[in-house]
Amino acid sequence: MMSDESLLALVLALPFAGSLVVGFLPSNRHNLEAWLAGAIALAGLAIALALYPAVADGKAIRVAVEWLPTLGLDFTLRMDGFAWLFTVLVTGIGLLVVLYARYYMSPDDPVARFFAFLLGFMGAMLGIVLSGNLIQLVFFWELTSLSSFLLIGYWHHTAKARDGARMALTVTASGGLCLFVGVVIVGHIVGSYDLDRVLESGAAIRSHALYVPALVLILLGALTKSAQFPFHFWLPQAMAAPTPVSAYLHSATMVKAGVFLMVRLWPALGYTEAWFWIVGTAGLCTFVLGAYLAMFQQDLKGLLAYSTISHLGLITLLIGLDSPTGIVAAIFHMMNHATFKASLFMAAGIIDHETGTRDIRRLSGLLRLMPVTAGLAILAAASMAGVPLLNGFLSKEMFFAEAVAHHSSSAFDRVLPYLAALAAMFSVTYSLRFIHGAFFGPPPADLPRQPPPLPSWMAAPVALLVSACVLVGMFPAVTAGPFLDSAARGVLGAHIPTYSLAVWHGFNVPLLMSVVAMAGGALLYLALQRYLSSGIEGSPLLRRLDSQRIFDRIMIALTLRAGRIGLETAGTRRLQPQLRLILGVACAAALWPLLQLGMAAGPLAPSALDPALTLVWVVGAACAIAAAYQAKYHRFAALILTGGAGLVVCVTFAWLSAPDLALTQLLVEIVTTVLLLLGLRWLPKREEMVEADRHRTPRVLLRRAADLAIATVVGIGVAAIAYAVMTRPAPDSRASFFVERAYTEGGGTNVVNVILVDFRGFDTLGEIAVLGVVALTVYALLRRFRPAPDSIVSPEQQVRQNARAAAAGPRQPADALADSLLVPALVMRLLFPVIGMVAVYLFLRGHDLPGGGFVAGLTMSVAFILQYMAGGTRWVEARLIILPVRWIGVGLLLAALTGLGAWAFGYPFLTSHASHPTLPVVGKVPLASAILFDLGVFVLVVGATVLILIALAHQSIRTHRPTKPEPAPDHA
Amino acid sequence: MEILFAIAIGTVVTASVYLFLSRDLLRGLLGFILFGTAVNLAILLAGRVGPMRPPLVDAAVLGAGAANPLPQALILTAIVIGFGLTAFALILTLTAHREFGTTSVEELAEAETPKVPANTAAAATRREAA
Repeated sequence: MMSDESLLALVLALPFAGSLVVGFLPSNRHNLEAWLAGAIALAGLAIALALYPAVADGKAIRVAVEWLPTLGLDFTLRMDGFAWLFTVLVTGIGLLVVLYARYYMSPDDPVARFFAFLLGFMGAMLGIVLSGNLIQLVFFWELTSLSSFLLIGYWHHTAKARDGARMALTVTASGGLCLFVGVVIVGHIVGSYDLDRVLESGAAIRSHALYVPALVLILLGALTKSAQFPFHFWLPQAMAAPTPVSAYLHSATMVKAGVFLMVRLWPALGYTEAWFWIVGTAGLCTFVLGAYLAMFQQDLKGLLAYSTISHLGLITLLIGLDSPTGIVAAIFHMMNHATFKASLFMAAGIIDHETGTRDIRRLSGLLRLMPVTAGLAILAAASMAGVPLLNGFLSKEMFFAEAVAHHSSSAFDRVLPYLAALAAMFSVTYSLRFIHGAFFGPPPADLPRQPPPLPSWMAAPVALLVSACVLVGMFPAVTAGPFLDSAARGVLGAHIPTYSLAVWHGFNVPLLMSVVAMAGGALLYLALQRYLSSGIEGSPLLRRLDSQRIFDRIMIALTLRAGRIGLETAGTRRLQPQLRLILGVACAAALWPLLQLGMAAGPLAPSALDPALTLVWVVGAACAIAAAYQAKYHRFAALILTGGAGLVVCVTFAWLSAPDLALTQLLVEIVTTVLLLLGLRWLPKREEMVEADRHRTPRVLLRRAADLAIATVVGIGVAAIAYAVMTRPAPDSRASFFVERAYTEGGGTNVVNVILVDFRGFDTLGEIAVLGVVALTVYALLRRFRPAPDSIVSPEQQVRQNARAAAAGPRQPADALADSLLVPALVMRLLFPVIGMVAVYLFLRGHDLPGGGFVAGLTMSVAFILQYMAGGTRWVEARLIILPVRWIGVGLLLAALTGLGAWAFGYPFLTSHASHPTLPVVGKVPLASAILFDLGVFVLVVGATVLILIALAHQSIRTHRPTKPEPAPDHA
Repeated sequence: MEILFAIAIGTVVTASVYLFLSRDLLRGLLGFILFGTAVNLAILLAGRVGPMRPPLVDAAVLGAGAANPLPQALILTAIVIGFGLTAFALILTLTAHREFGTTSVEELAEAETPKVPANTAAAATRREAA
């Protein structure tokens, strides 16, 4: 037998694991996925039921695992009576919804995705109710928003589903962000995010100066999630979801998360004026408005959505009344509402499934066609209306009692009983409308399809839920009493108020209010007949107030208009002003501290000038300036000159005792130059550019002069800063740390390499990942790219070369290349194994002497490039099978697995191990696990570099149109 | 020596920024390569100036004579990432040239037709549906 703690962890882990498994099942295994999802929900429910004794008397089960110990955060699961109740709701209704969805979903729908999302949602929801830590709670909170988004948008081919999903996500996720900030403030006040600590610190939180901001932010999260006024509008739009989703998320579980959180945090945040006014007002408005709007819906699901909003408003109002009995009533109504509303949604789904419509105007007289569904739905709707002997009646009575009993001598208090009775009257009306509109009246005339026989199991979940409604309604003390009691104890602690769960309380005011509501609601329904049968969509007073349109307007104003205004006032579509702006900001950022603190050369005496290096730099500076000067017309020259400046820097690196840098710089220069040369042949020729630029206006000259001025200022600035830095003693850096530990801990004598593959191995892993991504992107861009028709000409060089070949005699164009480079090509070919050896040598010595994975990888790719240059693409690829994409994958995998390997020995990620075993013959050899990591770097660098170059080289062996634009087959 | 390096860095930066500001993508790319080189050198020099012993641990302790290995390691990373960025920028330049037939940033800005719809696409589809 497992302990309670591990069972608790299992409840949370199961749905997520199931979601992963189901997601990978083939989507045509309709039954398998449903079975698996159902089994998981059933297991969760069974575990929850088994855990009941442990939470029955106000106790709680706790599991805490260290999560981010440096921030004092533990991953905590905590189940008390209240969380237990929700766990049972989530898993129990989840089970029924899975069963229902099994029959509801069409065989054409990709159900694997559906059940995977549904299980993911179940896990997230359980995460919310079982979190013992506020940060963790917010995490799962956002996870429910995300899975709700995916589920609402499940039929993503319809615009309605996409819009509804986006709106729900926008509203609830923004609320979630507010909640997050609020929670952080509360954590700051309390000094801990632990739920128990927070609940104990109610007094401290309420008296803190930041109480109101924290409260408002947290309530924003809760009210958006529970679709409270004025954020209620997303819920009706979310009805675009498949009906099982509506039944599960948007009636029984997710929308309850908001009220759950309010009840959960009430001991810490409640008992204040601010709580009463915000929560109470939002609840009352939602309660009345939702009920009013629900009466005029023509869509069954729309009616249920507004009624859900209204009932959530009722719960919120109860919480807002700030009394322990109110909290008990709220919890009780959450249970009751979940049962009758989920069954009503399922019934609406069955009607839709069977008749093809949910429009009340077209439905009628279904009682005869589907008596079972009708009977169940009538019972559930009666419970929604608050008819005695059903569970909705009980919690509504408790609510009326609260509404009457509350006394704060404000206007709010005086109107509350009347408004409560009014909204209750509305709810009787819309319940009647649901029953009468769908099930009674003449036989339906224009149904999209005649009801086929109902799958026998489809009504079973509805039957189960409705029997729960009836049982709780008739024997509340026996059926719901103990669970409500333990839930109330979980929230309120030992001091739970006295309340009575009885069907009959004698003749009192709440009963009178019920009677008035019943009679008034029935009369109102009769009075509204004419308006409703006119078929108008929406209510008489607020029809023009389309919340969706307002939402759209706001979103457009925020995202589009604001952006456009910003763009028009401060932006430009031209690159140059932007670049100047960036440079200007950079200059200002550099000048600011200089102006504040003054600028002077440091105290170090300048060292003597090395004449050789000075000479080298004369060349280097000349190269750089000439490159800038020549770049306009002589691209090739500018490229070579840029390379020259790079080489000078490479020499300087060597002079500065940075052999690794010198090596890397040299190889990168080579590869970059080859790359740019390959690229240059696709860019316009020089002559064309000169033609285009003949007319040099004074304006252009002025612009270039301004550019030169800016460049000079930047250059002088950088030079001055560099000088100021160099003449100061180097600060104490971490360098000595690395130097001291390189050999003892890293097992290598080349400190730079040890830093790269060991101390800062994680950076290197990220870096090679970036390199791999770049290579793949280049590959994808060039592969997918379809050139514009007028630019698919062969490059100039190829054309000339082929022309020369054709002139020399009847032979293949490629032969010309082989002839013109005969001797160098032979040398290059012979060099291949030599360069390969050099690469291996550089790689192996890397840990101790200059070299390493990067350098070796670049060297190896140079070997490959040379083969391409010598033999041509086709020649090489006929002889060598190079799969650079696989090299990239293998390299990344190797590096990551080496890092993961450390876990197997109980060390953190990427810890390396070094030893110096003695081999026979060879003697003592250094061996560090970092060499495997470095091997990954090597393999990846080879793959990435070769992939980029080959992708570019392949462009020239594509079939091209001839140079003269003749009508030829368009071969892109 | 410091003054030489300062002037050297300043010169390369000037050349690169001038190239940067030009209206041609390829020239901008060359400027970017030069700029990267100069900045790498500047960072290395911020660590320590002058020829000393490379940061290779001898059997004996290196002591104060060793060059600072930390900037070297950082720059090595920067060189490789710079290479990746160069390659990516070059391919984008080529793609832009093929797509729009120009590498001038001015003409490219015009080639991209401004797409600012009067309303969101979502609202548009909803209107269609309605």
